[in-house]
Amino acid sequence: MFEAIAFYLFAALTIVMFTITVMTSQALYAITAMAAGMIFISAFFFILGADFLGAIQIIVYTGAVMALYAFGMMFFDTTRDVVEKRTNPQIVFVLGVLAAVMVVAIVVAPIVSNNIQALYPVIPEVGNSQAVGMVLFTKYLVPFEVAAVMLLVAMIAGIVLAGKKMDKSLTLMGEEEIEMMQAGNQSHHERGEH
Amino acid sequence: MDVAFIIETIVKIVVILLIFSALAGFGTYFERKVLAFMQRRLGPMHVGPYGLLQIAADGIKLFTKEDIVPQNVVKPIFKIAPVITAATAFMAAAAIPFWPQFTVMGYTVHPIVADINVGILYVLGVMAIGLYGPLLGGMASANKWSLISAARSAAIFISYEVITGLSLLAPLMMVGSLSLIDINNYQAGGIGNWIVWSQPVAFILFWIAAFAETGRTPFHLVANDHEIIDGFGTEYSGMRWGLFFIGEYANMFFISFVMAIIFLGGFGDGTIAGAIQLILKVAFFFFFFLWTRAAWPDVRPDQLMWLCWKVLMPIAVLNVIVTGIVMMF
Repeated sequence: MFEAIAFYLFAALTIVMFTITVMTSQALYAITAMAAGMIFISAFFFILGADFLGAIQIIVYTGAVMALYAFGMMFFDTTRDVVEKRTNPQIVFVLGVLAAVMVVAIVVAPIVSNNIQALYPVIPEVGNSQAVGMVLFTKYLVPFEVAAVMLLVAMIAGIVLAGKKMDKSLTLMGEEEIEMMQAGNQSHHERGEH
Repeated sequence: MDVAFIIETIVKIVVILLIFSALAGFGTYFERKVLAFMQRRLGPMHVGPYGLLQIAADGIKLFTKEDIVPQNVVKPIFKIAPVITAATAFMAAAAIPFWPQFTVMGYTVHPIVADINVGILYVLGVMAIGLYGPLLGGMASANKWSLISAARSAAIFISYEVITGLSLLAPLMMVGSLSLIDINNYQAGGIGNWIVWSQPVAFILFWIAAFAETGRTPFHLVANDHEIIDGFGTEYSGMRWGLFFIGEYANMFFISFVMAIIFLGGFGDGTIAGAIQLILKVAFFFFFFLWTRAAWPDVRPDQLMWLCWKVLMPIAVLNVIVTGIVMMF
């Protein structure tokens, strides 16, 4: 009974949160609702007995959405409404139809899922994290390693793109040094143009 | 489901809530007294003997003060931000074993609300959500000081979180379990078995990260004292501001419990002596938080990020690799 109550409670909360994320035009509401929705999703993992995935869901998405907040702070006045430009109504139409099809698929999915068997059912003697680890490092070892390499590539690319003047610190420089650096940049640009 | 189990769980939750809310109040008193003695002052002295009733006076003040919600704030988020800090601090406590199991009138009590087998991951994850409180409070406040404070809290968050995870990885590899009870039982053999002797680097790293996690000096950047303004709390008043405070102090106690259980043997073999030792260890860690505040200045945000990403993270990674190599051969 408790599982049913918890499921319907968190299902309603998750849907409400993601609805707010999509419908609101204020950045702060949207990001906060998304963070809350992501954290509420972890409840489903806990209900299904996948404690490890639930905890990971919380940790990963608190960090990821925190980065979104940082961008939101930089680009918007988050306490005001964002005026969106809707130039192409066809895109809205296509996306709406796609979303409707997906909802039908989600509702129909339980009929198909009767034929699905769990390939890696929960083993009561072995803990959650051990079970995930065994599957990850045997059957899915290659995708796991490929994902690791891709993340490494992204990290190096990020460092190369962002780290051009990392050896200089504006906080530690005096006013004149900053002005000299800016003047140097400007003359450099002008020479580049000609 | 068993009715006795439900009643027991509810009783445990209420007891933990009451004890740690009260302790959070006493925490402010201890902090003021310890800081005062270190700075050769007397601290609170006027209300009650040695100022002990100061907590009650502060509590009455916070509860009865007018709750001001400024005009331009984003109201729902402004109102919920303090609740997030306080609630997540107590939610994290659900997986912490506060005491060895004991028997009262033939009924065995396990002083842990939910012994899930990924205890430490859950505790750290939920504690991490707690930093959303200062962030949202600062962003919703429509005040530039608060916004700067929120930006700093985001910067702290993405810096320290890596250190917490990586520094814990090495001891967890040795224990082979994420449950705090298993980690405690691994060290049950006595003081020689404490993980701090085999993982001193991880212990120091986690301790440093704990200061960032709870937002204490020297990493008290969320409410930067140099600005002579309370950062994210500038626009808050009354009990909303008090909830931030309760969350911060409860977090200090819970992270002290986590450190004592993972690195300093926890409650040992589960005897009364072990339980009292656990309380003493937690008291030491809490005192150390206050001691640092009296002795150290705050660092700048860029210094914190430099420390976390360029110094602590490589050390943590090396520690994990060395532990792995030692365990393999």
